[in-house]
Amino acid sequence: MSENLVEARGLTKKFDDFVAVDAIDFDIKKGEAFGFLGPNGAGKTSTMKMITTVSPITDGKMTVFGLDPNTQGRAIRSRLGVVPQEDNLDLELTVAENLFIYGRYHDMKKSEINPRIDDLLDFAQLSERRDSRVEPLSGGMKRRLTIARALINDPDLIILDEPTTGLDPQARHLLWDRLYRLKRDGATLIITTHYMDEAEQLCDRLVVMDEGRIVAEGSPRQLIDEYAPREVIELRFQEGEKDGAALKLEGIANRSEILADRILLYTDDADTTQERLHNRGIHPEQVLVRRSTLEDVFLKLTGRRLID
Amino acid sequence: MTTLARSLRFAESEVIAYRRTWRGTVITSFVNPVLFLAAMGAGLGSLVDDGAGELGISYLAFVATGLLAASAMQNGAGDGSFPVMAGILWRKNFHGTITTPIGPAEIIYGRLIWGLARLTFVLVVFAVIAVAFGAIDLGPALLAIPPAVLTGLAFTTCITAWTLTQEDGRSLSTLFRFLIVPLFLFSGTFFPISQLPDYIEPIAYATPLFHGVELVRKITLPGADGSIVTGIPLWAHLVYLVAMLLIGLYLSIRLLDRRIRP
Ligand SMILES: Nc1ncnc2c1ncn2[C@@H]1O[C@H](COP(=O)(O)OP(=O)(O)OP(=O)(O)O)[C@@H](O)[C@H]1O
Ligand SMILES: [Mg+2]
Repeated sequence: MSENLVEARGLTKKFDDFVAVDAIDFDIKKGEAFGFLGPNGAGKTSTMKMITTVSPITDGKMTVFGLDPNTQGRAIRSRLGVVPQEDNLDLELTVAENLFIYGRYHDMKKSEINPRIDDLLDFAQLSERRDSRVEPLSGGMKRRLTIARALINDPDLIILDEPTTGLDPQARHLLWDRLYRLKRDGATLIITTHYMDEAEQLCDRLVVMDEGRIVAEGSPRQLIDEYAPREVIELRFQEGEKDGAALKLEGIANRSEILADRILLYTDDADTTQERLHNRGIHPEQVLVRRSTLEDVFLKLTGRRLID
Repeated sequence: MTTLARSLRFAESEVIAYRRTWRGTVITSFVNPVLFLAAMGAGLGSLVDDGAGELGISYLAFVATGLLAASAMQNGAGDGSFPVMAGILWRKNFHGTITTPIGPAEIIYGRLIWGLARLTFVLVVFAVIAVAFGAIDLGPALLAIPPAVLTGLAFTTCITAWTLTQEDGRSLSTLFRFLIVPLFLFSGTFFPISQLPDYIEPIAYATPLFHGVELVRKITLPGADGSIVTGIPLWAHLVYLVAMLLIGLYLSIRLLDRRIRP
């Protein structure tokens, strides 16, 4: 049996006349990690804010834990952990105090909160910084603290809006590791991101959003299989040679994308395609063969890249 | 949890933060009023009267009671301006708070509860100092605290509402320069309104600090005659200030909701 924690039908958010979220449908099952992948302005944050009941729904229907966000927002929020896109840790408070006040907001007793803070600081690898101010922490530490804060009330659903944007690769990997642990322990996660590798790593299922609409949904593997052939050959050319090569690509691969700086060839068999390139006298300066990713799916669906 | 409990939870977090920031408020809350009391009350007072001069009471007592209300206004206005802008724009703690069971209304109530506590403390300290100066007696000084606190909170809620309509912090210091300072000077704090030109008097009657000052004087200086206080009944001042507080409160909650729950 799979229980849906969130169900949305025709969910819409308008700011005056501007439609930020355009009648989207989705279900989020208990225990899964569900992703919203999309470029800037796709409507990811607007959707998260409606789920967390901090932004009123303009139109459509949604339930969270079977409750109505319009009238039962407080009951919903008491079971959520929220990691907003923009850190809003309280810089006037210490690391531990930031967790403490959220425990208090969630009506926990002081005797309950203190051991929980110890566990969470341990989880976030911040035990040493317990009594330090928040301001001097690194970006990765702040993000981990925000995640720890979201966990203070032992939430049934954790919402992470771009958890790793702006972090260096090392900090991202550490964060991913923490999110894996949450998943392994059975948490339900909603993650927004515009990094396809993040979605591939963390999400069981995801929707691809663009301009307020859902343009595809499935598991990362399904989406890649459905929308992008197995392999991608990236070709880079010397100044001025790209356009000439572009004319000779007919039938060389399943599909080609001509980007500003390079050409992408989508193919089920990279070796054969490379042979054909050679036979047609196309000699790129650089050739890179890789597995196709969600980025390619997105490109196929919208003709644009996720991150410009 | 009840609304009150949730509001107290928010107030609690403000208290924790205040443990770290109180130093910045010492000058405006405690030092300035005492300097005014010393300079205007004791210093200038010795020029304009000798103990219990023409006004029927000492000028020191007149200024001390005026300053009590004026200091409440300044502290109350302070609470409604920069910390509120910080909550939505700089410190951003309001945004995080509303993802928990605490809602915008409880942020406003919580700040008001915290303001009530802080204002009471600040004014009791001032009153005790005024008593030490020999400006007023302890009994009347303590009686004056509740009306002064009411004055301060009326400013807090109205200025909170106004702050929530502002894009950023730039206009906040303008408010102090062009509203709070003139009110401080011309609401009967340092001289009776009746000394103002006749055509300005009605304007002074309409301003909130005037009602706070009058209320404090009518309660603390029962012997004061028409040269010191007006004939406006006590309840009228109370109604004015309570109405101001409630209207400000209602607007603050609506405006905060609109601002942080777009
Ligand atoms: N409060 C608001 N008022 C007006 N327009 C808004 C508001 N919030 C968001 N928008 C607009 O709605 C659209 C979707 O924004 P949203 O923040 O949901 O996108 P996003 O997918 O989270 O983007 P990003 O990856 O940049 O975070 C954008 O065009 C944005 O400008
Ligand atoms: Mg966003």
